[in-house]
Amino acid sequence: MADAIIRAQGLTKIYSGGPSPDVVAVDDIDLEIHSGEIYGLLGPNGAGKSTTIGMLTTRVIPTRGSIQIGGVDLVARPALAKQLIGVVPQTNTLDRAMTVFENLEFHGRYFGMSAKHAKALAAELVQRVRLVERSSASVMALSGGMAQRLMVARAIMHRPQVLFLDEPTAGLDPQSRIALWEILGDLHDDGQTILLTTHYMEEADEFCDRVAIMDHGHILALDTPAQLKASIGAGRIVIVSAAGDLPALADALVKGVDGAHQARVVDGRIHLSVDDSTGLLPRIIDAAEAAGASVNDLSVTEPTLESVFINLTGKDLRE
Amino acid sequence: MTATTTHDAHSLRELRPAGQAYRAAFIGLLGRDMYLLRKSVRVFLLRTLIQPLLLVFVFTYVFPKTGQSVGGSSGASRFSTQLVAGVMGLAIVFQGIQAVALPLVQEFGVSREIEDRVLAPLPTWMVGLQKIVTGLLQGLLGACLVFPIAALVPATPVHLNIHWAVLLTLAPIAGWVAGALGLVLGTKVKPFQVPLLFSLIVLPLTFLGCTYFPWQDLGRVAWLKWAVLANPVVYMTEGFRAALVGGIPHMPLYAIYGALIGFGALFTWIGVTGFENRVVT
Repeated sequence: MADAIIRAQGLTKIYSGGPSPDVVAVDDIDLEIHSGEIYGLLGPNGAGKSTTIGMLTTRVIPTRGSIQIGGVDLVARPALAKQLIGVVPQTNTLDRAMTVFENLEFHGRYFGMSAKHAKALAAELVQRVRLVERSSASVMALSGGMAQRLMVARAIMHRPQVLFLDEPTAGLDPQSRIALWEILGDLHDDGQTILLTTHYMEEADEFCDRVAIMDHGHILALDTPAQLKASIGAGRIVIVSAAGDLPALADALVKGVDGAHQARVVDGRIHLSVDDSTGLLPRIIDAAEAAGASVNDLSVTEPTLESVFINLTGKDLRE
Repeated sequence: MTATTTHDAHSLRELRPAGQAYRAAFIGLLGRDMYLLRKSVRVFLLRTLIQPLLLVFVFTYVFPKTGQSVGGSSGASRFSTQLVAGVMGLAIVFQGIQAVALPLVQEFGVSREIEDRVLAPLPTWMVGLQKIVTGLLQGLLGACLVFPIAALVPATPVHLNIHWAVLLTLAPIAGWVAGALGLVLGTKVKPFQVPLLFSLIVLPLTFLGCTYFPWQDLGRVAWLKWAVLANPVVYMTEGFRAALVGGIPHMPLYAIYGALIGFGALFTWIGVTGFENRVVT
């Protein structure tokens, strides 16, 4: 097994104070991020992903727990640990008073590079993130996708041991998403360790080496996307739209359909985990009619990380 | 993608010693502020010069020329002389607001770019401290620019009597207080409160900062004489009176230095802890 670059234990964040009751944003989680992997934290809004990234990037002080990053105790020595991390936050935090090139150049200076070195590296990075033509443009003139790519360039400029991205593709158009993932893929090929949060299951599935599924401050499951999907133990997911008492129908389907092993009602539809077998759909319709319900629609999908999430929590990822 | 040898994620930079990294980051952040100052030098000149120029021009040129009396019975020349110190104090305080408070309000509340600045490899409180140094340097620059206006524009003679030891120690202390006040305001004020910042804080600070009158002349309005002691600008203008002009009474130097250092320490503490509390939760 590869070396752990981040090792966090018993990580907990409780927001207290004020009139509202204490909020446990992250509840006693352990993390081990291996060198060179893309590690995804997948979960709905409010699952604790951003708070977790906040703690790993010195912005949020853990209520309890320890974080080692590249051998540095991040909780005890946050200022030193900042040398080892690169961060792409959810919001655009580019220096508005500066050009694209200057944003990189001065970032290099903050990290102790000589003016010459910072300029050379900035020139190389604008090329890497395909912003050469925009080099001397104000960052105010960049599109969302361009700004995001520049923030990635800035975050990797000082060669961090871990690159953190908080919802990197949220709000980006499909083309910008693809461009960003190409850059992240290249970084991954170079051996860059990446930790990102997302609530897009397709992205987690396609690009992450390992995915931790989070909800309510807990990590519910952690594995490769393939293993997570296999963990459901279902060959197919059948989504049943029907009128009537859905929880009762869900029970009836599990009992009455040969090869069905679990059913959950999510968002007004039944997600039925079934073995991959022929003649399934007529059996489902028959069982539903036997239970006194009429089926409006049936669709069959492969298990996705969303199915895993539904399986674990009984709800879907969308807000 | 461009293949590179110089930027390979595998060749991680070695962890630099804390002191060295902090120093480089501090200087880098300060360098950023100074670079932006150079880049926007025209805006800096306009915002620094217009207000004192108008003030000095109207009060010490137009009024004497039009025969209006400003400065009470002691005459226009005395008023011009004592206003030199007031204008210097104002220049420094305005830089604290304009170079530190207003950009910070934006960076905290609108652009959130402060969130990246605090990822520079130094302790968060040092990022706040760096802002104070920016305010100090710009304050000194502002005071240097304004001095010729205050000394040369008035129609009546200005009696300068420069005490270099006082000037060279007092100006940086005044700049520090202004920068630290800027940090306090920059971390406490929300973007929508900026207009209130001017009417509730900046105007009282400047109008009641003994800029237009020496503190000792307030003897006839005794309650005001004591009330204005809560205003740090009073000690700046009184200090500049001690440092720059002759024939005008001023507070004792120990009171000026003592109060300014006290205000500087207090504002630095409130500003730096407020800064840290806003960026780290």
